[in-house]
Amino acid sequence: MSYEMVIGLEVHLQLATRSKIFSGSATTFGAEPNTQANAVDLAMPGMLPVLNVQAVRYAVMFGLAIDAQIGKRSVFDRKNYFYPDLPKGYQISQFAEPIVGGGRFAFNLPDGTQSEVGITRAHLEEDAGKSLHEDFHGMTGIDLNRAGTPLLEIVTEPDFRSAEQAVAFLKALHSLVTYLGISDGNMAEGSMRCDVNLSLRPKGSDTLGTRTEVKNVNSFRFVEKAIHCERVRQEDILDDGGSIVQETRLYDADRDETRSMRSKEVANDYRYFPEPDLLPVILSDADIADIVATLPELPRARRARFEEAYGLSGYDAGVLTDERAVADYFEATARASGDAKLAANWIQGDLLAALNADDKNITECPVQADQLAGLIARIKDQTISGKIAKQVFEAMWQGEGDADAIIEARGFKQVSDSGALESMVDQVVADNPDQVAQYRAADPAKRKKLSGFFVGQIMKASKGQANPKMVNDLLIARLDPDDN
Amino acid sequence: MSVTDSRSLTELAQALANGDTSSVALTEAALTRIDALDGALNSFITVDRESALRDATAADARIADGSAAPLTGIPIAHKDIFCTRGLRTSCGSRMLDNFTPPYDATVVERLRSAGAVVIGKTNMDEFAMGSSNENSFYGPCKNPWDLNRVPGGSSGGSAAAVAAGLVAAATGTDTGGSIRQPAAFCGITGLKPTYGLVSRLGMIAYASSLDQGGPMARSAEDCALLLEAMAGHDPRDSTSAQRPVANYREQLAQSLDGLRIGIPKEYFGEGLDSGVAAVIEAALKEYESMGATLHEISLPRTALSIPAYYVIAPAEASTNLSRYDGVRYGHRCDNPKDLEDLYTRSREEGFGAEVQRRILVGTYALSSGYYDAYYKKAQQVRRFIAGDFASAFESVDVIAGPTTPGIAFALGSKTSDPTAMYLEDIYTLSVNLAGLPAMSLPAGFSQGMPVGLQLIGQHFEEARLLGAAHQFQQRSDWHRQTPKLELPA
Repeated sequence: MSYEMVIGLEVHLQLATRSKIFSGSATTFGAEPNTQANAVDLAMPGMLPVLNVQAVRYAVMFGLAIDAQIGKRSVFDRKNYFYPDLPKGYQISQFAEPIVGGGRFAFNLPDGTQSEVGITRAHLEEDAGKSLHEDFHGMTGIDLNRAGTPLLEIVTEPDFRSAEQAVAFLKALHSLVTYLGISDGNMAEGSMRCDVNLSLRPKGSDTLGTRTEVKNVNSFRFVEKAIHCERVRQEDILDDGGSIVQETRLYDADRDETRSMRSKEVANDYRYFPEPDLLPVILSDADIADIVATLPELPRARRARFEEAYGLSGYDAGVLTDERAVADYFEATARASGDAKLAANWIQGDLLAALNADDKNITECPVQADQLAGLIARIKDQTISGKIAKQVFEAMWQGEGDADAIIEARGFKQVSDSGALESMVDQVVADNPDQVAQYRAADPAKRKKLSGFFVGQIMKASKGQANPKMVNDLLIARLDPDDN
Repeated sequence: MSVTDSRSLTELAQALANGDTSSVALTEAALTRIDALDGALNSFITVDRESALRDATAADARIADGSAAPLTGIPIAHKDIFCTRGLRTSCGSRMLDNFTPPYDATVVERLRSAGAVVIGKTNMDEFAMGSSNENSFYGPCKNPWDLNRVPGGSSGGSAAAVAAGLVAAATGTDTGGSIRQPAAFCGITGLKPTYGLVSRLGMIAYASSLDQGGPMARSAEDCALLLEAMAGHDPRDSTSAQRPVANYREQLAQSLDGLRIGIPKEYFGEGLDSGVAAVIEAALKEYESMGATLHEISLPRTALSIPAYYVIAPAEASTNLSRYDGVRYGHRCDNPKDLEDLYTRSREEGFGAEVQRRILVGTYALSSGYYDAYYKKAQQVRRFIAGDFASAFESVDVIAGPTTPGIAFALGSKTSDPTAMYLEDIYTLSVNLAGLPAMSLPAGFSQGMPVGLQLIGQHFEEARLLGAAHQFQQRSDWHRQTPKLELPA
């Protein structure tokens, strides 16, 4: 049978606050176990939560960015369950009155077409600690550094119909939250984790099938693979006349399969009720206006502006605006060099390739935007050719200094002296009588192709430093006497 | 030297200031009295002899150099629900028998800064759940007026220690009457402040939306002195009120002329002991003679406060107590087989019967399918009760009545019937549900046992309550009566 896949996503986003959502402990990743857990995080007797206002601001920024309803009154609830890495025996979350209500999220698919999904809600909650099962000889180690890290849980409508669409959404979401600066978006460190709710239904049906929830998938690639595995698994069951069990499953990347964690029949009754230790969060219109004023230009707006202001193609503008830091780098380079086109080409080409090869982030780039602009300026004023520029870039990457210093030190300055170039042309013409005869016998269309040979010889003789445009002009003048 | 010391805080502060005594002398005397009497009373769970004497020595130095604060050098006790840095804080439970906090509760910290010397931690019903102090892992505390009777609860140890003259003052907490009822049973003065006036940080939670710490002492004047030190905004408690602390002592001298006292008819109906009723009626007459006017009012939902309270408090308690899981601190069972076994046995062994009962009730009330019928409904009742008080306060300034339906009952007489025990709190519970301030002050005796008069005020009107109580105590000496404690042979 042919099925339609229906997917809804729940994304847990760690917010980039310096301290935890209900305590003053730091949130830095990778510290020694339990060095970032104070009495509140340890749920010592008598300890009380105090809300980190920055987490609220970040949640509101997200809500504003997707034009969602902002909860002017939102309420924290206790979600009760026992687990060793949940020190209080409850997680403080939001249930009935979340801070962000319904909204829409528009994004582009890889082929450039637009897609849009509904956001059901987004709420604030605290992360749990970590249970470490290795290295403890049959015991479990508990690390509470992560306990109390602020999370924004973003819940979508079941609006996705393909893995590709889901992944494109996640990438756009990642781009948005890093633009907003509300999350570092570091997926490898768990800053953005995704639960996939997936069901199948016969094509054409509008009733939803029974869904499963695949928990904690933490890379774009794993989301794609997990969706694929789960789809195939459900298809097989349905094709065999079986039925899907509503349950929570785990994606095992090593085996590329999902497996059951627990079924809903034995699921916890979380006994949600309003957290009596915290007051409801009340936001006035003025509070919200203050936050609106802090919103940066968002990816989609920036992309449109890049197309408009710099004359970039939709694709180029997309690549350059995906990451806020790349877009900032581009704009700084374009401004300093005065040539947006060259800046765009260099960043999308050599720069991103070099970053990729060295597995570096743009913020760790050894070539600063003004350095790249310096290089572009020398290409523009014809001090060096594009080919030489690649060598200069390479030297800059290795930390040899600015473009001018490298050009000077290596003697890369382009030869634009017409006397010197003319004698090179004369020499090449004299050395290659056969090719000259062949050229002169050819029709104009073919001549253009044959001239490449002479340019190549001159560039070789000048070690690439001859001004290519001047060489071209001189050659044509020299080889096409009938035009004289 | 007499076994008990009936001097008030104010008198002790005066004696220290005059050089008539020293903090070390007061502290040593208190320790001696505890040694002599507390074997019979069992009002203390932990006595911190060395640290108390060290603090007393430091206090004497401050008195000598003129840098003394209002309570400098006066030994006091804390209910064992307040966390004390470096001093075991058990909450009356086996679960925390081994627990020594690395921090002070805000109340403890503030009383320390006001100069008080902490002499020890008083007995209480386990996790403040109880009305007789019989639910303590450390055994019941006895009523100093009759060792065969209960001191009330849950702050029974604090009430007994003050009544017996072991200390002049102690802290208590009141979730449904736990300051006022033992104050009434032991013949002392106790104040439950407005919810939010006193920080809950470091005060071990029973029912977060109802818990409130407060002073227990001989007189309203002493309570005013203590409250000035304890009250005030604490940024570490989100439910703490952001308002300046009043000068309660300055307002004690207010005239009662024209004070409108509301008398809820529901507090004088069936179930009220006639001896208690007589004492309360006489006290109210005394108020009339001071210029106050009495007005019958109705608080129609008083009876509903018991079921509402016994849903909300256990519901909150059931999750507040989830942290006691044997993982990080507190009691852990021996050789757990697995995680489930660790949880089950640690909690089964660590918690007493009443605590387990309330965790079960609360878990049930919050569970899916029952939430609307119990927890949500109880919250609606709570709002109605608060509304009843609000309407009553449109025509009266304070509300007065008995603190308890009867005098202190015999040890063991109600332990087998939890619901009979719950009825003890009929006049006190609704105050917590409405978040109002209230106090109990000694108003006379019935069958040789003290009777408490309860005064209930509007939100943050502690000054009016303390003033009304103080004026009464200027005209009566019930609060100066002390039990004749016999030393064990």
